[in-house]
Amino acid sequence: MTKYIVKRLFMAVLTVFVVATLTFFLMNTVPGGPYEAEKSISPQAKAALEAKFGLDKPLFEQYLTYLKNILHGDFGPSLKQRGRNVIDIILTKFPVSAKVGLISVMVSLIVGVPVGCIAAMKRGKMSDSAIIVIATVGIAVPSFVVCSLSMYFFGVKLRWLPTVGLTTWKHYIMPVFSLSFYPTTYIVRLMRSSMLDVLGQDYMRTARAKGVSQVVSLFKHALRNAILPVVTYLGPMMAYTITGSFIVEKVFTIPGLGGEFVSSITNRDYMMIMGTTIFLATLMVVINVVVDIVYKFIDPRINLK
Amino acid sequence: MKKLTLLLALIMVIGIVLPACGGSGSGGKVLTVQVGPDPETLDPALNSAVDGGNMLLHTFECLLTVDQNGAIAPGCAETWESSADGLTWTFHLRDGLKWSDGSAFKASDFVYSWQRVADPETAAPYADTVLWPVENFDAVFNGEADPSTLGVSAPDDKTFVVKLSAACPYFESLAAFATLSPVNPATVEANGDAWAVKPETYISNGPFMITEWVPGSHIVTKANPNYWNKKAIKLDAIKWLLIEDANASYSAFQTGEALFIKDVPTEEIPSLLNNSEFHIDPILGTYYLNLNCTKAPFDNANVRKALSLAIDRDYVANTIMQGTYIAAYNFMGPGWADPAGGDFYAKANGGQPYISSDYEANLAEAKSLMQAAGYSGSADKLDLKITYTTNDSGYHKVVAEYLQEAWKQIGIELKVEIVEWASFTPMRRAGDYMAARNGWVGDYSDPSNMIELLYSSNGNNDGKYNNSAFDAAIDLSRSTMDKNERSRALHQAEDILMDTAGCIPVAYYTDFYLQSAKITGMWHSAYGYWYFMYADIN
Repeated sequence: MTKYIVKRLFMAVLTVFVVATLTFFLMNTVPGGPYEAEKSISPQAKAALEAKFGLDKPLFEQYLTYLKNILHGDFGPSLKQRGRNVIDIILTKFPVSAKVGLISVMVSLIVGVPVGCIAAMKRGKMSDSAIIVIATVGIAVPSFVVCSLSMYFFGVKLRWLPTVGLTTWKHYIMPVFSLSFYPTTYIVRLMRSSMLDVLGQDYMRTARAKGVSQVVSLFKHALRNAILPVVTYLGPMMAYTITGSFIVEKVFTIPGLGGEFVSSITNRDYMMIMGTTIFLATLMVVINVVVDIVYKFIDPRINLK
Repeated sequence: MKKLTLLLALIMVIGIVLPACGGSGSGGKVLTVQVGPDPETLDPALNSAVDGGNMLLHTFECLLTVDQNGAIAPGCAETWESSADGLTWTFHLRDGLKWSDGSAFKASDFVYSWQRVADPETAAPYADTVLWPVENFDAVFNGEADPSTLGVSAPDDKTFVVKLSAACPYFESLAAFATLSPVNPATVEANGDAWAVKPETYISNGPFMITEWVPGSHIVTKANPNYWNKKAIKLDAIKWLLIEDANASYSAFQTGEALFIKDVPTEEIPSLLNNSEFHIDPILGTYYLNLNCTKAPFDNANVRKALSLAIDRDYVANTIMQGTYIAAYNFMGPGWADPAGGDFYAKANGGQPYISSDYEANLAEAKSLMQAAGYSGSADKLDLKITYTTNDSGYHKVVAEYLQEAWKQIGIELKVEIVEWASFTPMRRAGDYMAARNGWVGDYSDPSNMIELLYSSNGNNDGKYNNSAFDAAIDLSRSTMDKNERSRALHQAEDILMDTAGCIPVAYYTDFYLQSAKITGMWHSAYGYWYFMYADIN
């Protein structure tokens, strides 16, 4: 187990390093730069800016300097948001995204898992069909549609919910709904199909034949086996959700990290691109390692080597 | 059934409870507005964006300001005068000026601030736009001289003197430009670039001061108790919502969460045209097209002219752009100040527009110009293929589609190429295109700010237009001290530009926005700024 974790962590560091290197060179091959605008600044002003941030140096030298700095925990200053450091921006904005994201993950699990189980147990009945229809809609409808529709009905028309920012608990309802809609319906489908698989297994029939009640057989025997695909999905889903969604943050004006990812690229804010990419990559890798370890506890048959 | 009743009851309870908890603002009179997303910076020296500039107008005050009528008015300086040769400007500051933290404001703070803008270490993007005429600026900005050698000085605490190396007829406009706002030396020295990101260290001298900044969410500015004219201020605070999405800002306006929004979704415009809270105000700026003058066939002025004449500007501005732009028949639109007095636009081309608004006649002329250049000039035979490059935002794409149709009438097959924004501007600057969209919004109202874009060596001359007579006229406008001669030279430059179609003006920019009828006492300037400082809410 310890050996496995050490091996996985080593691979994780390697993965992040490769991601960082590829990103660094790829972003520099894309045309444009942080100081391009409709009104060009003078060549002298541009030269002064580039000199200040070391962008005038050869690319490979910039790369080495960057690597050296991040080893010391220095992710550098944002090239566009003057006066702010990349790490400060990430540390201010990530908790906001993470809070909304974690609530959404919980909602998805709390709603998705039981509903999926119910659909499987009521297979072929009206309630199953209704759940399947809603789940299909959830997977097909993109999040910006969910955002815009909920904003229009609950914010503008009915005036039940505020539309801007995250000041009170009511501000969380629409963003959490929009963010958890897709994962919830995805979990419902996953849960339903794997539960159907499990319910057809011999040991389930044996349990029922021995007189175990439906509830006990479902939650004690079936759920533990049926939930594995959901756990697999949970890893990447959690990483994506807690780092923030560009669309949901933009629509509801949430000061999270999701918007920073996208705007750093359109702004060619090289330092921010690197910082946010390394951050996301690390998070993804770590969450995946954790999910693999959690497997072991849910299903003792799995052998971590 | 029982469950259903319970569910309905629950929904009703939520419905009753939620609206009742409608958020009321913090105490006092707070105006909530949206003028743009999170500003990249609120350091006056570093800002180059319009939304940032708009907030800086409220947090800082320059030597001079621009009043409601667009005229130069006193700011920190109560009076000022220039020497006979226009090379020495002396500004006399008001009595009792203070910083927002209560410390005394001195003329030497201006010296510090202007030197800071000129210092290449600061890397101020607008440094040479605003300081170019100041003595020794070039040497300082190129790192050859110490910033302390810049031609600014403070003989005493209330007098600020600027020495120019060349007369600048619009120097007062520069002295009112946000980049040259005074910054507090103590806080800048103590905190470096980071002084402008935290309310605690953001010391300012304007009518409002920042008390809260949640990046990506909102900025709160409270009335500055140390501002000299605080009696004229009726609001307790302005809350700036940092909304990026136009639909989101429109929702905020509809729900009353914002009383003013700058970003209105274009698809909502038809339904807003009869709404008294919807405003369309012209600003100083022109939407134009660049034809790459270094590449055939655009090295031929007749072809450029034909392309210009084949555009139905009235249709573009009023139908395609839904009346949110004004058809442009000149390069320099209304609002630019003529050096000899009055409106530059009104005196251009003897008071006549350069391009006739008679589209049919224009089209006929365009066809014959194409034929004279050796092309068919007819939709039946598309014998000239060109590519038009633009980024996709606002009306750019639909205008490109219109151009496809319009230029087909004169025998041109147009391929539209959509390029991502950050790649588009460097591509256009490098001249790596045939035809491209362009635009300019004025920084100050002197016509040189826009017409010089076409000067052969100008960094923004993306069309690579190179006309020696045009350059000569601009040179004369720069060197002469005589206002009438300068005015004539600038008009002559526009005559040449329009006669040779150095670029193709299409429409004049406007700002379209939603302003609640509850707001009084605010105004909008031709530079694209809103002035909320003296506003009130009814």
